[in-house]
Amino acid sequence: MIIEIIISALIVIGGIFGLVGSFGLLKLKTTMQRLHAPTKATTLGVGGLLLASMVKAYYDKSMLSSHELLILFFLFITAPVSANFMSKAYMLLRVDEDGLPDTGSDYGWAGYDLPPADTETAHSRLGDSGPSD
Amino acid sequence: MINAALLFAFACFGIGLLFTLWRVARGPGTVDRILALDTMVINVIALIILFGLYTGTSLYFEASMLIAMVGFVATVAYCRFILRGDIIE
Repeated sequence: MIIEIIISALIVIGGIFGLVGSFGLLKLKTTMQRLHAPTKATTLGVGGLLLASMVKAYYDKSMLSSHELLILFFLFITAPVSANFMSKAYMLLRVDEDGLPDTGSDYGWAGYDLPPADTETAHSRLGDSGPSD
Repeated sequence: MINAALLFAFACFGIGLLFTLWRVARGPGTVDRILALDTMVINVIALIILFGLYTGTSLYFEASMLIAMVGFVATVAYCRFILRGDIIE
């Protein structure tokens, strides 16, 4: 009985988190604000469902199932990566490079400038003369 | 009780799917549409997991794992196309 309450609570909490994430995608005003809601809240909602599924599998068959953990770790690792990619794409499309603060290193912002390790080969691939030295 | 909770979560993620569909259709920019598609994939994963919980089989975890991978690769490919004009250089 207590296990059923735990499973139901996890499912309901996951559903609320998922709904809040998707509603934030609809409600928030700018793109950079909208980036926050789905990448965090919806991922947490799916995490709640997977935890419920793990508890239920342990309760029914009394063995730990690892499928859920795989999906959980995959989602939790890929959510920030894809959010970073999307913000870089937004910056390239909408944000002016001149308005950005200085990076404090020899290289500019990623997305606008070539990455450090790759500068020489990328310049030659793009047909530039590359660094003159 | 679990069935009632499952029904509630089905409704939540189904409504969330409609919200993301609205954002795909009306989103003012390209990044909004990419973000909405990414969220749509996550909502579909949640629905598949819920259906697996409802039927009581562990068959659907492989499907949701595959959809999670394909969704991530699709998001990265979209963003990379905007960033570099090419997907695989």
